[in-house]
Amino acid sequence: MSDIHANVEALEACLRHASERGAARYAFLGDFVGYGADASKVVDIIASRAAEGAIVVRGNHDEAIASEHSYFNDAAQAALDWARSTLSVEQKRFLASLPMIVREGDICYVHATAAAPERWDYIDSAPAAGRCVDAAQVPYTFCGHLHDQVLYFERSRGRMSEFRPAAGTVIPVRGSRRWLGIVGSVGQPRDRSPAAAYTLFDSDRKEVTFCRVVYDAKAAADKIRKCGLPESLAFRVELGI
Amino acid sequence: MRERIEEGAVIDGYRVGACIHGGGTGSIYQVTPPSGHDPGFPIVMKAPLLGRGESSVGIDSFEMEQMILPTLIGPHVPRYVASGDVTATPYIVMEQIEGRSLAEFVARAPLEPDEVASIGAALADAVHSLHRQDVVHLDLKPENFMIRPGGEAVVLDFGFARHARYPDLLAEVEEFAAGSAAYVSPEQLRNDRSDLRSDLFALGVLIYELATGRLPFGRPQTMSGMRDRLWRVPPPPRAINDRVPGWLQEIVLRCLDPNPAQRYQSAAHIALDLRNPENVALSAHAERSRADGFARHVTNWWRARSRGAMREARSEAGGPMVILVAVDTEHPDDERHSPLRSATAQIASLDPESRIMFVSVIRSAPIGEGPNEMDTTAGRHLEHKARLRHWAAPLKLPASRVSLHTVEAVNAADTLLNLARANHVGLIVLGAPGPSEKRLGWWRSAASSVTANAPCSVHVVRVPERVASIPR
Repeated sequence: MSDIHANVEALEACLRHASERGAARYAFLGDFVGYGADASKVVDIIASRAAEGAIVVRGNHDEAIASEHSYFNDAAQAALDWARSTLSVEQKRFLASLPMIVREGDICYVHATAAAPERWDYIDSAPAAGRCVDAAQVPYTFCGHLHDQVLYFERSRGRMSEFRPAAGTVIPVRGSRRWLGIVGSVGQPRDRSPAAAYTLFDSDRKEVTFCRVVYDAKAAADKIRKCGLPESLAFRVELGI
Repeated sequence: MRERIEEGAVIDGYRVGACIHGGGTGSIYQVTPPSGHDPGFPIVMKAPLLGRGESSVGIDSFEMEQMILPTLIGPHVPRYVASGDVTATPYIVMEQIEGRSLAEFVARAPLEPDEVASIGAALADAVHSLHRQDVVHLDLKPENFMIRPGGEAVVLDFGFARHARYPDLLAEVEEFAAGSAAYVSPEQLRNDRSDLRSDLFALGVLIYELATGRLPFGRPQTMSGMRDRLWRVPPPPRAINDRVPGWLQEIVLRCLDPNPAQRYQSAAHIALDLRNPENVALSAHAERSRADGFARHVTNWWRARSRGAMREARSEAGGPMVILVAVDTEHPDDERHSPLRSATAQIASLDPESRIMFVSVIRSAPIGEGPNEMDTTAGRHLEHKARLRHWAAPLKLPASRVSLHTVEAVNAADTLLNLARANHVGLIVLGAPGPSEKRLGWWRSAASSVTANAPCSVHVVRVPERVASIPR
């Protein structure tokens, strides 16, 4: 799960959805704060999951909590300022302690891309996906940052191809080639569907499922309005744009 | 560790027997299953040839088949049993199909029109069953069909196939990765691997071959030779074999149209026409006895004209209708949602003035409301309304035509009927009950009760049947 962006309604819906489908382990790929209204609640959930053994990596919004000056647009900056004012010292310390990238077995987890993760480059093309899996050096890489769900797969001659998965389809992903899953955004999808997005990986059967979960996006949007954040952030969540 | 597949070897418990087919891309062996793992039918092991220096297309093809074959069901494909990874010992174990290869029939061509029609219909049935499972074969040729003793066709070799919901491992392959030169469609030559009508073109080539003993575009050796078919209309079958009846020529030439939009649009339609020659609408195709440009113009003109006539024939039955669509939001994973949504889209498109009520009947809340918001009645209504909105969103209907209703009730059928009466509903659309329902809620009883007592028409949507029994 990635790009939760302080949307606790969406996060809880995804956690419930995943546990109903037998998820045994969780990985949270960054951007827990920013844009949404519930930074503190979301960070608490992530921190408690981390204590239970979940994998957690840092996103660019999480990093921005520690520094006053950063390169965000006005709305995003407003949400970050607000998050900074609501997070406790401990919560900020938790965000600052997060690793940029985690490799475990044949899987690599990172927020933006395994190739220079600290630069927060977007994987917006097959060559960018190729640089990421080259740096990851494992068959499976999962990342977020880009809010869409995309599956890149390696063709035999070493180049990557892009595939747009249909939600809910179980896709076999054999380890004989390298795969890069961009898992989608839990808290702020942008493909004109407000349904929260996350991805399931069955590491025994080598199958990946890109999921969409309907939740009360209006409630999340209303909270954004209520705490005085820009209206644009509210309707993005409500409409999924 | 890669093991050598040869007679006498034991691979993952499968004892390899005699090689029954050896080809350029791999071999097929008879195998005996490990004890306790007998699938109950004869099996073979397909072993791809992936030596050093082999083109990577071989690996991609093997993995493509390994992805697709396990998803396919029904009597028109070999049943999948097991497979070995390409990084270890690559193989696929599958049902051994009894019967004869279509190549044997082609070798005897030209066949009598009746036999061409019955074989052609069997091939079309098999292709349709793949298409209904979201798979385009893209390499249909005589060697890739078996005809069972009962006459049913089985499609083999999914190495070039494409699954609509899986990544296409053969996409953007630089070297020519389309099927065989004689059967490949014009779109495939343009590297389009997504059009199921490519298979209908190949079916046309096969039926042409069965009817005439010749290939419509020959067996070109070069790319430019293959490109002929982008524009050329092949010599009419009747010019080669005058025993070919007009209706059969009509069917064949309609499959072979360079423009996919001018072909048949489904294999099922081809099968239907081959089985009902008297119902085949003859166009100028049927009369052609040599390749001439004029007939072509007439055909195009005639087809355009009939399409226009069909549009005008749409009926308008007494004012805009209110349509009630019953959606079970309590079981969002139910396979009936997708056909129900398609049916709704079709019905809604018939009359742009019709109004659509989407109704979800939710079970009454359990006694005692919990602390969780979703456990309260209001919370449940909110959640189901959100699901209903999400369900209807892909239909892209203007808000002025749509209303969303969540109703809490014990008896779904009565609730739907009362709503229908109260709102002068002209049509109720809902999912059919399945033959065996264990976990599903109110759709089961609602469908029969609503159909029996509705004040209006009821459109009962069923998931198309996929599995047919396998004749032995």
